[in-house]
Amino acid sequence: MEQIHFYHALKVVDEVCMGCTHCMNVCPTAAIRVKNGTADINKNACVDCGECLKACPVNAIIVEQDDFTQIFNYKQRVALLPTVLLGQFPDDVSEVQIYNEIKDLGFTHVYEVDGAVDVLIDSTKKFMHKHHQERPFISSFCPAIVRLIQVKFPALVDNIIQLKPVIDISAQFYRKKLQDKGYAQKEIGIFYVTPCAAKIAAVKSPVGEEKSLIDGVINMDFIYNKVLLSIKNSKKETKKYPENIHMSRRSIGWTLTAGEASRYSGRCLAIDEIHNVIEVLEKLENEEITDVDFLELRACDHSCAGGVLAAENRFLAIERLRKRAAWYHRNKPMIMPEREIDLYKTYLQENIGINKVEPRSILSLDSDMMVAMKKMKKINRIMKVLPGIDCGACGAPRCQALAKDVVQGKAKMTQCVFLQKMLTKEGLISPQESFDISEDTWGKSRFEKKNLNDH
Amino acid sequence: MEFKFAIEGGNFSKAGSASSEVKKILKQLNVNPKIIKRTVVSLYEAEVNVVAHAFEGNMNVDIDTDKIVVKIEDKGPGIPDIDQAMQEGYSTASPQVREMGFGAGMGLPNIKRNSDQMNITSKVDVGTELEIINYFG
Repeated sequence: MEQIHFYHALKVVDEVCMGCTHCMNVCPTAAIRVKNGTADINKNACVDCGECLKACPVNAIIVEQDDFTQIFNYKQRVALLPTVLLGQFPDDVSEVQIYNEIKDLGFTHVYEVDGAVDVLIDSTKKFMHKHHQERPFISSFCPAIVRLIQVKFPALVDNIIQLKPVIDISAQFYRKKLQDKGYAQKEIGIFYVTPCAAKIAAVKSPVGEEKSLIDGVINMDFIYNKVLLSIKNSKKETKKYPENIHMSRRSIGWTLTAGEASRYSGRCLAIDEIHNVIEVLEKLENEEITDVDFLELRACDHSCAGGVLAAENRFLAIERLRKRAAWYHRNKPMIMPEREIDLYKTYLQENIGINKVEPRSILSLDSDMMVAMKKMKKINRIMKVLPGIDCGACGAPRCQALAKDVVQGKAKMTQCVFLQKMLTKEGLISPQESFDISEDTWGKSRFEKKNLNDH
Repeated sequence: MEFKFAIEGGNFSKAGSASSEVKKILKQLNVNPKIIKRTVVSLYEAEVNVVAHAFEGNMNVDIDTDKIVVKIEDKGPGIPDIDQAMQEGYSTASPQVREMGFGAGMGLPNIKRNSDQMNITSKVDVGTELEIINYFG
């Protein structure tokens, strides 16, 4: 069962928001309107991609996170890290230090989720072989993309691979491992350090899974600041890389662009940045692109290194991760010690499936086609009187969006400033009425008298 | 509801724009995604046919609550032997067109597969008229 209520980690702080329309204009699903002088996000349309946060000039859009102290509700506290976290720190900070500092924050275990990629690669190959008639396959890696397909490309939901992403596989591995050591379910707390908002939404309202395997989410910038502060204050010298741990190039490269696409045979495409992804999905839906086997689609530019909670410049972070991968590869042990996760491989692969992803289109005007057609005709009539310049002064991103809002009863035509002027000239509304409408959209404070001489 | 889109012969960079517009409309009308897909795939093939072979054409779309009827008419060379053109792999596309990834000779058969009804008439050196009907129920 899909949930009716969608959790979103992206929140608008009304006190800070100045209703400037930057976010409204970049939202790829047109989920944002300006009302009463602040941005308002439509929960059904938002896919948690974070474009609005990146565009906001006053940091009024934030990523809500769980209270950190909740980790202490559990005896066993596992921090699941994305590998991109290791690429955030300056070159003189060692991996050993990072791991140590995270443990000092209160975690009893630290594990990089991308250590589970081999389990997933193996299962994905089997899945694609078994369902070969359902090509092209779309990776379930990026939660923002899964949601984008649900709301905008409902015909493509069946192409999404029904397997858990590495985060969930790692969570399952660690939970099972600790249970086998004798800890009770309620003693184990698993926390994911997230580079983006979409992964938080995926934990709070999962798609294709009944309940998330993760107990809480911590923002990557929060961990970054804590760890870097402690390292700056302590002068302990450690080795750059830990001993007895080996991270494969597959694992370290997984969250970077082509990390998945480079692992499968056939024609595999890797596409990053949400507008690029939309372009390709449009073509895929029309079957303009055929004969593709696997699509790796990620919402952020340069994949997870470009996540909204990343502190470091994405190009520098990627360079560091590539160096890290090269170091591990050069120093690969002659005989690979058996990794713990391999002992659980059969168990993890038995539990790796997820349910079919259900479509929930935001595009349809009405569930009744007769009504939808009437509404479409009305939209076309409204479009003839709107100016068509997409100025956004009505509080909607485009004239088309205002017309759609009007027929859905969510807006009034008079919100259009051009119509207001015409109606005022014709004497159909008073200047005061026109002023009141603008105040409703942009808030009273925007129209307070300002003395030009003060500036 | 009726819509009309112009198709420009020879402009491959624009090929698919009319069928994409129809897709947007059908999505807003809450048509079953699987039927949208069938319809758009057949329209895209038909649109590419006009771009690849004709000088110019029109796509006339008529949507009712139970079906979509699309007429694609073009001014162009016409099809001398329709039965032959309906065979998979048969193509008269020029080498240049094939280099662009079009013209594999799957056009008309693919349209037939993705439509409930397909009617085609053609006059050599005048043009071709293609009618595609898909039912929503």
